[in-house]
Amino acid sequence: MNHLPLIIKREYLNKVRNKSFIIMTFLSPLIMVALISVVAYLAQLNNDKKRTISILDESGLFKDVFENTENTTYNYINGTALEDAKSFVKKEEQYGLLYVGNGDLEAVSKSVSFYSEESPSLTIMSSLENKIERKLRELKLISNGLDIDQIENSRANISISQESFDGQKSSKIDNIFKLAFGGIAGYLLFMFIIIYGNMIMRSIIEEKTSRIIEVIISSVKPIQLMMGKIIGTSLAGVTQFAIWIILLGILTTVVSMVFGVDLSAAQGQQQEIVQQAMENPAMQNEINLAVQSFQNLPLANLIIAFLLFFISGYLLYSSLYAAVGAAVDNETDTQQFMLPILMPLILAVYVGVFTVIDDPHGTVSTVFSFVPFTSPVVMLMRIPFGVPLWQQLVSLLLLVGTFMFTVWFAAKIYRVGILMYGKKPSYKEIFKWIKY
Amino acid sequence: MSKLLVAESVSKNFGDFRALNNVSIAVPKGSIFGLLGPNGAGKTTLIRIINQITMPDEGRVLLDNQPLQPEHIRDIGYLPEERGLYKSMKVGEQALYLAQLKGMSKADAKKQLKLWFDKFEIGDWWNKKIQELSKGQAQKIQFVVTVLHRPKLLIFDEPFSGFDPINANLIKDEILKLREEGATVIFSTHRMESVEELCDHIALIHKSNKVLDGNLVDIKRQFKSNTFEVGLQSNNSESVINEIKDKFEVLPATFKNVYDDVKLNVKITPETSPNDLLSFLTSKAEVHHFVEVIPSASDIFIQTVKNN
Repeated sequence: MNHLPLIIKREYLNKVRNKSFIIMTFLSPLIMVALISVVAYLAQLNNDKKRTISILDESGLFKDVFENTENTTYNYINGTALEDAKSFVKKEEQYGLLYVGNGDLEAVSKSVSFYSEESPSLTIMSSLENKIERKLRELKLISNGLDIDQIENSRANISISQESFDGQKSSKIDNIFKLAFGGIAGYLLFMFIIIYGNMIMRSIIEEKTSRIIEVIISSVKPIQLMMGKIIGTSLAGVTQFAIWIILLGILTTVVSMVFGVDLSAAQGQQQEIVQQAMENPAMQNEINLAVQSFQNLPLANLIIAFLLFFISGYLLYSSLYAAVGAAVDNETDTQQFMLPILMPLILAVYVGVFTVIDDPHGTVSTVFSFVPFTSPVVMLMRIPFGVPLWQQLVSLLLLVGTFMFTVWFAAKIYRVGILMYGKKPSYKEIFKWIKY
Repeated sequence: MSKLLVAESVSKNFGDFRALNNVSIAVPKGSIFGLLGPNGAGKTTLIRIINQITMPDEGRVLLDNQPLQPEHIRDIGYLPEERGLYKSMKVGEQALYLAQLKGMSKADAKKQLKLWFDKFEIGDWWNKKIQELSKGQAQKIQFVVTVLHRPKLLIFDEPFSGFDPINANLIKDEILKLREEGATVIFSTHRMESVEELCDHIALIHKSNKVLDGNLVDIKRQFKSNTFEVGLQSNNSESVINEIKDKFEVLPATFKNVYDDVKLNVKITPETSPNDLLSFLTSKAEVHHFVEVIPSASDIFIQTVKNN
């Protein structure tokens, strides 16, 4: 008798109807959006401060260098002594006073100083420095008899165009896309295993503590119950993830529309850079390349590989979680068994992050993309960089083989463990159970 | 009488521990079969083998003359000693789920559940969660769930634990009714008075071995020691006692009687007829009490376990 669909349905409905599950599902995106909004809002507040900076330019070289911006007003003072200017700025409660001395270019560059009540912000200092530096460089070049226009024209913008032997074009941005895809896929799997593996484990412990297990097990085979639990819980997980993504999307839109908070204000500077880049024809070219390189990603391969590695990797780990749940009586006893499960998982993420970025086809990342316990994460990170099909297949084969072994192993432990009450088993005892 | 369930030299090892050693039992159709034994004797292991929860290392189990197979799950209803229900699940939903796992259709399960809930007058529990019920109430649900799919074989492990005397009686009557309707019952308990009351057959397992089995009446016959409680009235009780002591083996007696001039337990040899004893007694004194001592299930249990 195949009761698997029935068990999956119960597990799924039980999880989905659970109050804390529902609260988590709907509250988490709210909390996240709220947090981001607060950060964005605060960042905006911080930037909102208006300030005036007075400039006492004795050299007269920087007349047109400082232009007012939204938040900063530049106020030129002429013909005053430094001490008077200082007391004036202080009285007016201005942000500070920029002083430039007189003399040849060398003397001018050494004379620049800034006076203020409080120590000035780093951003403002570097922006002032930049402006002065640029002007001084220009002046020096002119004084050496060089034509500024010529120099401007001589600037070259280089972007090495990369192409594989079979004619696939790529670029640096391409690599960023690949890293992002691999990183997100690997991290998603990692999170999924930890969240829902734990959920499976807890639900098995609950069955043991409520003593229903023997009633159920007299009707269904333990492996059916175990697989039903794993699949049912995973489906609940997929549901939760999907709701999270949808809610996050909706909430972000709503929040930014209603409150007018530009959620990207936190990264305002980057945005400016992007805007500048858009106007720059060289950058425009780069962006086109990026779009092209996104289209160049082996999407079919990525999606299929993602599904296969994600599912087998998840099943591999969740069956181990199930075994741990069956072996113990309560959650506090799970600690000693969790470590050997978490170690390879964490190792996989670290190997993935540190070696794949460095060299996706290096020895370490290649080896770890074959080792079954780390392969799902590491291989998912490598695949966007183009892994030969045979490597993917061998790795997947190894993974599926191991996954079948762990499911068998977990089912053995599960079968015996669920009927064992009272004491925390040792590793030795658990290995004995396999022979029962 | 034909046998519903037969276990043939079943053995089971857990590592180095032999939980069952060559145990054979035969449960007649329509009987209430008491599976007895001290704690840790191997009863639960045997029950789990019958339920196909664990597989025997040696031997086999036949249900209706067929070796056990997965389809037999629906023919068995099992109430384990370690029992419980999903605490946060609603009563009705849970009962339907468990019934469907036993192979019932949802509609059929619903119909049967309604009947049982009406019988026990617990219809308004349908939408309650188990955690809102008392232990005894939850046990009632558990009982209903066990018998709902009308199994041929019912296995009850300490079915009365957690019930007050009224509900225990209710459950006992239901068990008897189910037997009348054709079910066979395997009944495991440490309460000897309910064994006495319910069981036709018993098997006693001790230290992984079956040490005793058969019809309860036969076993009692086998265990009786040909001892009779004798209560006499006589003016000369001293000499009467001495005369009896000369002829028979006499043991001190503790039974209650209105006349207690002479109160003895008299043991006769198997060859002697009780009539001989009785006629001897009537010739000596007035007989007010003459009862054969029949060992109780509890006596048999203790005696057997001690001797092994």
